Amino acid sequence: MEDIEHIPKALKLIDERGIRLDGRRSDELRPIRMEAGVLRRADGSSYVEWGGNKILAAVYGPREAHPRHLQDPTRALVQCRYNMAPFSVSDRKRPGPDRRSVEISKVISEALASVVMVEQFPRTSIDIFIEVLQADAGTRCAGLTAASVALADAGVPMLDLVASCASGKIGGVVCLDLNKEEDNFGEADCPMAIVPRTGQIVLLQMDGHMTYDEFQKAMELSMDATRRIYEMQRDALRRRYVVAMEEVLKEPPRGPTGEAAGPERLEDLEAADLADSDREVIR
Amino acid sequence: MSSELVSELMRDYIYRLVSSGRRSDGRSLDEPRKLTVETGFAKTAEGSARVKLGHTEVLVGIKMSTGEPYPDTPNSGVMSTSAELIPMASPTFEAGPPSPDAIEIARVVDRGIRESKMMNMEKLCLVPHEKVWVLFIDIHVLDFDGNLFDAASYGAVAALATTTVPAKAQAVGEDFPLPVEHWPVSVTSAKIRDIVVVDPNADEERIADARLTVTTDENGDIRAMQKGLRGSFSYDEIKRIVETSQRIGREIRPLLRP
Repeated sequence: MEDIEHIPKALKLIDERGIRLDGRRSDELRPIRMEAGVLRRADGSSYVEWGGNKILAAVYGPREAHPRHLQDPTRALVQCRYNMAPFSVSDRKRPGPDRRSVEISKVISEALASVVMVEQFPRTSIDIFIEVLQADAGTRCAGLTAASVALADAGVPMLDLVASCASGKIGGVVCLDLNKEEDNFGEADCPMAIVPRTGQIVLLQMDGHMTYDEFQKAMELSMDATRRIYEMQRDALRRRYVVAMEEVLKEPPRGPTGEAAGPERLEDLEAADLADSDREVIR
Repeated sequence: MSSELVSELMRDYIYRLVSSGRRSDGRSLDEPRKLTVETGFAKTAEGSARVKLGHTEVLVGIKMSTGEPYPDTPNSGVMSTSAELIPMASPTFEAGPPSPDAIEIARVVDRGIRESKMMNMEKLCLVPHEKVWVLFIDIHVLDFDGNLFDAASYGAVAALATTTVPAKAQAVGEDFPLPVEHWPVSVTSAKIRDIVVVDPNADEERIADARLTVTTDENGDIRAMQKGLRGSFSYDEIKRIVETSQRIGREIRPLLRP
């Protein structure tokens, strides 16, 4: 299409039929798997595998904000720490926050603060920890998507989940959800995050080179993809409660004096076909 | 930056003004403040610019030395950007290591310059894999009245445009001007409840819900973007902000060229 001179000739990121190196079309996401409630100690947690990304998110709080001078008497602080494990990238990353992770932590905190009902928890802090265990481009979007599932898992009141996905430009073509090669050798990357219920955009960054038309195409690809991601987030949260229900059924519920609940109730419960009625069970 | 308390009175006053299309300093909603650029301010630097955007004042200095390239770009010079929000510039700035605000400003300025390929970094290579020019952009905020993203970016671009590579001092040939090829201009807008204003002053920034910086090049193409703060934008608002940024970019660009 246009100027692709600076890409090594051997590495053609997208072919004439519009098929990318990993076999995806321009509007296709990488395979995504999400799970809610994966950690014991955290108030809420989630695990996301997204292409080659493996990301854990944990939520603690609302809890008293420390140091105390940080406390806001009108609302909760939403504090995110995005961190990459030293072994998560091909060249070892020096442990601890670098400037990139400080910036990502900041934009993710701000994106999540727009959906958390912070006014309900003055003087507290809601701490979100995102650990990138294996990185394959798009970690901030995958991390933010995971963090909002973890917040919901923690029972933190929110207006909605936040769903996030990047689009970019490779070989002159606007494509959804770049992987590592595409991000390294492509011409632009544009991560965004949306509140699906309202369509409001809560995270937007861009680097590279895009015309205004290409930018609009990228936004439309991402907005469409976030709707699919939103469904996966909701599914992960629903499954969490199906699992919880199964655990309840394995252990007979105890009454106030410690005796097992009446047999008729247990039987009723066991009779319920979980596979068919999981939606009802949750609601 | 946002930790200063704002009275409800001030908050309402500013919002009432902008919702009727006016602003506390007399501008219209899509009008940036007056920009003045003074280059060559610090003679000890390879290039420098003192920039005033309204009452916001930023001094940017460029220092260069020779060093090793990054292994993945053996034929390119190295560029590094940092920002200091020194305590003299605002009662809310504190001494100490760079705050997340300072890091974000430095990285967004860096992104606009790097992604627009403002300088031809390959012309800053001395010996491939071994020796290249290392360029430091240091942003010193002197007086804070809002919108550091744009003031810092204008200062950096103007300073780079007047930078002389000190080859003689490093005994690697004759001095030459930095090879500048493109002209990125950053334009920041802020959303106050439902109203979007361009180039927010400190009062407006303090009550703003969301912020969007768009860096465009001389063709009007987008080179970098950064959304900030807790609020959000609709897609239509973002499109209007990009269009405004393209227009103001065209107006500002001549002021940055020497």
